[in-house]
Amino acid sequence: MSGQVGGPDLDPQSPTGLGDWTPELLGPGQVLPVVSAPHPVLSRAGAPVDPTAEETVRLAADLVATMRVSPGCVGLAAPQVGVGAQVFAVDVTGHAKAVTVHGTFVLCNARVVEATRWKAGREGCMSVPDLTGDVKRASRLVVEGALPGSGEQVRLVTDGFEARALQHEIDHCAGLLFLDRVAGAHAIYQRKVYL
Amino acid sequence: MNELAITVIGRDRPGIVADVAEVLARLGANLTDSTMTRLRGHFAMTLICVGPSAAEVEDALGPLTADGQLLATVRQVRPDGETTPTGERYVMSVHGADRMGIVAAMTRAVTVAGGNVTDLSTRLVGSLYVVVAEVDLPADVTDTLPGQLAEVAAGLGVEVTLRPADPDLL
Repeated sequence: MSGQVGGPDLDPQSPTGLGDWTPELLGPGQVLPVVSAPHPVLSRAGAPVDPTAEETVRLAADLVATMRVSPGCVGLAAPQVGVGAQVFAVDVTGHAKAVTVHGTFVLCNARVVEATRWKAGREGCMSVPDLTGDVKRASRLVVEGALPGSGEQVRLVTDGFEARALQHEIDHCAGLLFLDRVAGAHAIYQRKVYL
Repeated sequence: MNELAITVIGRDRPGIVADVAEVLARLGANLTDSTMTRLRGHFAMTLICVGPSAAEVEDALGPLTADGQLLATVRQVRPDGETTPTGERYVMSVHGADRMGIVAAMTRAVTVAGGNVTDLSTRLVGSLYVVVAEVDLPADVTDTLPGQLAEVAAGLGVEVTLRPADPDLL
């Protein structure tokens, strides 16, 4: 991924975090249907977006709204609602495995700047509802991206489950599913169905 | 000492593993490498055993297969099946809409490149077909094979990724 996508690189000394941004700034969103693999949009790299564009802000609001009504959903990327764009929402608030938590946020044109301390973990995906898989992800992560609306370029430093969620969503924006990263032939599992 | 390759498959029910393993233990057949798993409601056991003759094991498994619910095969194999892994370990992931011939075409591309599939599993959930294969590849094809696999995958309308397997030992 190009280092220039989404704007110039931030000064490494600049402050991290979301600043004053809150998801309420996006306005109300619409709940959209979530597409499942093998839908082709899930396997195409999303296009970079203008984070200040009205349609980007609307998409961001829709992602947050859809994520919030989906039980257990800790992240949702634009390709999952059928839009080939580099936008995703994340919220790991209250998750048992989360350490650092930035609450609900949306990033546009995000990219991984630093990834260290790789650990295996089990992942699922709303777009692959019947399977889970073991995937190795960085548990210490620095991500840069633009906030929808203001377009402000931010750097998030995170770890653990939020780091995993961010990498999963950034993968979606690049046209990759967790299935593309599973550790081996026996690292895919059928979800249990509780009737 | 005989080395035996045994397969047992049938509609899943509690107790298949215990039933088969008891028969083998009674005969003094030592269970070495095996995989035992449920495949769409069928339970499949593939195992290598060391001990008695194939005929003895076949006879002893007879009562288990008599009602036609389980199918068992036993054959003697030469105990030289262990091959030293050659090349570099990679994981190939394939997913897309189910259609005929995905495994055939993708593994053929690996084989033509001089690679060897060492482990493979497939899942069909709804219309989504997933193949994950562990492959040993000659070092000189790891640059060119991804492109060749992508071409075959495009012809099938599926996605493929090829990544080095994680060499970390915990």
